[in-house]
Amino acid sequence: MNRVVRAFAKRLFGMLIVLLIVATLVFIIVRVTPGDPAAVMLGSDATPADIAQLRERLGLDAPLIVQYGHFMLGLLKGDLGHSIFLNQSVGQALLARAEPTFFLTLFSILIASAIALPVGILSAVKRGTIFDQIVVTLTMVAASVPSFWLGLILIQVFAVQLGWFPASGYGGPATPFLDRLGHLVLPAVALGVVNSALITRFTRAAMLDVLGDDYVRTARAKGANERRVVLKHAFRNALVPIITVIGLSIAMLVAGAVVTETVFGLPGVGNLVVSAVLRRDYPVIQGTLLVVAAIYVLINFIVDMLYVVADPRVRL
Amino acid sequence: MNDVQNQPILAVENLTTSFHTRDGWKPVIRDISFHIDAGETLAIVGESGSGKSVTALSTMRLLPRDKSRIEGRILLEGRDLLKISEAEMRAVRGGDIGMIFQEPMTSLNPVFTIGNQLAEALVLHRSMSWREAEAEALRLMERVRIPAAKDRLHEYPHKFSGGMRQRVMIAMALACRPKLLIADEPTTALDVTIQAEILLLIRELQKEENMAVLFITHDMGVVAEVADRTLVVFRGDMVESGETGRIFANPTQPYTKALLASIPRLGSMGDARGPRRFPEVDLTTGIASEGLEMVRTSPETKPVVSVSNLSIRFDLPHGRIHAVENVSFQLHPGETLALVGESGCGKSTTGRAIMRLQKPTKGNIFIGDKDIADISGQELRRLRRSAQMIFQDPFASLNPRIKIGDAIKEPMLSHRLMSRSEAKDRVATLLSQVGLSPDMAERFPHEFSGGQRQRISIARALALSPQVIVADEAVSALDVSVKAQVSNLLLDLQAEHDLAYLFISHDMSVVERISHRVAVMYFGEIVEIGPRAAIFDNPQHPYTQRLIAAVPIPDPSRRAIMQPADSPEIRSPVRPMDYVHPTRQYREVSPGHMVQLDDHVGAA
Amino acid sequence: MISRFLVTIRPLLRNRAVVIGMIILTTVVLAAILAPLITPYAPNKLSIVNKLLPPSAGHWFGTDEFGRDILSRAIYAGRISLLVSLGVVILSTILGVILGVAAGFFPRLDTPISRLLDAMMSFPDILLAIALVAALGPSLVTVIIALGITYAPRLARIVRGSTLVLREMPYIEAAVTLGLPTRQLLLRHVLLNLASPILVQATFVFASAMLAEASLSFLGVGVSTDMPTWGTMLASGREYMNNAPWLMLFPGLAIVFSVLSLQLLGDGLRDLVDPRLTKER
Repeated sequence: MNRVVRAFAKRLFGMLIVLLIVATLVFIIVRVTPGDPAAVMLGSDATPADIAQLRERLGLDAPLIVQYGHFMLGLLKGDLGHSIFLNQSVGQALLARAEPTFFLTLFSILIASAIALPVGILSAVKRGTIFDQIVVTLTMVAASVPSFWLGLILIQVFAVQLGWFPASGYGGPATPFLDRLGHLVLPAVALGVVNSALITRFTRAAMLDVLGDDYVRTARAKGANERRVVLKHAFRNALVPIITVIGLSIAMLVAGAVVTETVFGLPGVGNLVVSAVLRRDYPVIQGTLLVVAAIYVLINFIVDMLYVVADPRVRL
Repeated sequence: MNDVQNQPILAVENLTTSFHTRDGWKPVIRDISFHIDAGETLAIVGESGSGKSVTALSTMRLLPRDKSRIEGRILLEGRDLLKISEAEMRAVRGGDIGMIFQEPMTSLNPVFTIGNQLAEALVLHRSMSWREAEAEALRLMERVRIPAAKDRLHEYPHKFSGGMRQRVMIAMALACRPKLLIADEPTTALDVTIQAEILLLIRELQKEENMAVLFITHDMGVVAEVADRTLVVFRGDMVESGETGRIFANPTQPYTKALLASIPRLGSMGDARGPRRFPEVDLTTGIASEGLEMVRTSPETKPVVSVSNLSIRFDLPHGRIHAVENVSFQLHPGETLALVGESGCGKSTTGRAIMRLQKPTKGNIFIGDKDIADISGQELRRLRRSAQMIFQDPFASLNPRIKIGDAIKEPMLSHRLMSRSEAKDRVATLLSQVGLSPDMAERFPHEFSGGQRQRISIARALALSPQVIVADEAVSALDVSVKAQVSNLLLDLQAEHDLAYLFISHDMSVVERISHRVAVMYFGEIVEIGPRAAIFDNPQHPYTQRLIAAVPIPDPSRRAIMQPADSPEIRSPVRPMDYVHPTRQYREVSPGHMVQLDDHVGAA
Repeated sequence: MISRFLVTIRPLLRNRAVVIGMIILTTVVLAAILAPLITPYAPNKLSIVNKLLPPSAGHWFGTDEFGRDILSRAIYAGRISLLVSLGVVILSTILGVILGVAAGFFPRLDTPISRLLDAMMSFPDILLAIALVAALGPSLVTVIIALGITYAPRLARIVRGSTLVLREMPYIEAAVTLGLPTRQLLLRHVLLNLASPILVQATFVFASAMLAEASLSFLGVGVSTDMPTWGTMLASGREYMNNAPWLMLFPGLAIVFSVLSLQLLGDGLRDLVDPRLTKER
């Protein structure tokens, strides 16, 4: 128990440091804009008066260090700033668009893992067979397909031709919850299939690695059958790298969601950020980047804690 | 007597195992035949690549099925194991045949408790419930004498020392009272005192169960200690087999003779005062020349290395490791000081401190008249020329991407000692000095064998004409015959260049052969130091006595001289942060022979 | 010299994945370089009468909504994609190697650099690139900088890990005890042995950069240019998807095959380089 508590405290501290750097990086990224961000945001038609007004509203008059302090203080109070175009705080804007993104990510990771774990394990056990070679080839192809392109093909086949699923949109708050989720089937499949490639390859590699270990030979020498050797002795040891890659692929899913939401017209966080970029709505870009990174840091923290549970040797 | 009683437990007939390679099936062992009776121990002995482990794995059918092919007959009480189904074979593995492996540190599954892994075998073969199995697991742990077994049942393997893990492996192998135990180099990775305990444990359990034991090893000392009969293998072929006593007394084959002649044996120094070369063996005839005594030419001069009150500590989150504590010694030109002790005793850390690969916490290290303990940068770089190091692993000590000639040349050019063409000539000279041909300079490390690589490392160390060489287990990873040759090379080079060696080793038989003086380390301290003869013939400290007694003697007629020391489980080297190390008193036994007075060895 | 070279790459040629990958990649690269010579039409040549023609002998891949030849456009699009990806690989390798070696070799720098990498890795790649492009403005150079910064941590992690392992190797310690200057130690002994893992990882970054560049231009935040890119071709072809699916099909396949060739190459190289995978018993 002591081990777990100590590990928890140490990682919590590490996570806070990383969050601090993340916030600083976000501040820097948005401030590296060449020229005057206010002028860029308003475009070429803006009058100097408009620009001055926006500068003041954004606090761009103050010295950089003061702006930074202001930004960090705001974050501590949970204030992510105000959107220039949406007449909404960035926090509200994100919250309003969280649902489709959350479920899209969740479903894709479930689909990806459901494909990847059994296929990866089997492929490692049957290394060198036709099955293994097909799996290796397919994962390679799947990892080369842009998820948005796969999305477009799925729309063409399952929405336009077969009419099984809606082609785009999400429905409003009035739409029944399950109907809304129905809109997520195709995008989740597109993302999940592409991401299953990475997890399958990692699972296969991790299993191959542990299947060559001495304790696996010990288990065989004990007279354990292959099922037990693979699922009990090997898989438990491959779990740590597999957990890592699933955590990692969540970040990739969020990145994929940005594009996929655009393809399927889902009113999610990805859509928000893309339109913010096109409109140069810097506070929204900044806020989204920060929140998404913070969520990823949190997921990583959880993954780290899972290590401690999965592997009794992990300390600190 | 009926047939069944006459039948050996295991009879292997014309066993040939081939591996699938790019060029088709390639046999790795050919036509091996042997048998083992109940209660009997057969040793298969050979150097690396002899196929001894493959023989064991073939018997268990543990080789990957798609990449290996086993021919011949393997009869377990008359039943041919090569003809039964995989399911039947599973009942044999862990049921009729138990097996223990070389690497206790990796052979247990790190994510399951010891109790769980022991119980698994019982659940699989004796159809016990997990609860019954766990109770039985506890009895097994007590049987292999694991202290505080009850508390340790629910611990994970990483909390166990190597010796304790090997006990767990033995308990696991014996869980179902097998008729045959296969032990594949079970003590090679262990310290010599632990090895003695494990060998004794195996022998006792064998007697109780009337088990047959197939013992795989490269160590003739261990063979002499345990085996009733011995089978010598060389590159996949049987060379010679017979009663162990007969093999040692009257080997008929040249290879066996050569093998026996080149083993370092404790107590073979006669009246020699200095080091003695290993006998040179002609591999075709097996005739050995007598090993010559090295005569020290240089008179006693002032020390080239002088270490005083050296301490090295490592801080951990929950304590502090006192890796080296208050160590002092001197090393003279042309002299070999051996630093001996078991793993974790601080001998390597001391050597690394002299090379400044490790910064000392306290103390002085004089090389010549310069204290290197606290210098850095350019000055340190310049002083590095006088001390060089040879590492244990010949396969990791050469940069795989650099031609060996360039590797030897590099330090000479980098220190601007000579021009490129001079350096090239010197590389040729150095290569021939270490017994290699100068035209090998253009080759890459992977083209050489382990022994050749160790020679290259020596040539590289000599490139800067150092006064001191720290040899950290420099011959430990080599096969016996190669070990003897490289040791002889070190002795010759010492005589030629008046080199001082700090010879760090756990191998007492080699140490006895090649050192002038010996320092015994235990838990970071030197407990005894003195001339080689004094330490080996008149050891004073209880730990030194234990260490020497535990060394297996390659002579079956002197069996059981090897004393399993009654050692406590290795203490934790981690101390509280505020721990103050006690000051020790030393007593001079004879001139230069000092022994620590406090006996802290037995105290756990 | 030539025979030496053949000996070194012989194991590469024995690996089927590597050979297929190299053939596809060479085709794509050659097509991009020789685009003006081999394309049947100018990429931007309008011909409204010929709009939305399905694939035929005259237009192998069909034409788009302005009657432009898709094959010619797809070949020219490869130029941008390869140029961007190559730039990204070079930039991220330089940044990654510097950060990774510094963190791996100098213990004092390890914690700050590792934390920085952790922070950078927590931004999803496309999102970080989008934000950087938004900040820097969309041009060829800014897209390269944005993606280069985005992928540098991936290389840095690999390099740091390998350096940490290397630093403990006896041959590196031997080089230290031989008194070699730090520069020589790093360049000759550390970097030389890092070349293989860097090469492998760089190949994968190349593949990721191609996908990312396509995504960026599909979203309309990529390289802004008159020349077609695979992403912009897909974005504009979307609207005609129902009637003229070839607008979607061919640029998409171009991406898939180019990325696939790099994945094959990277995978084959890794199999040859990674000793862990050759530990087969």
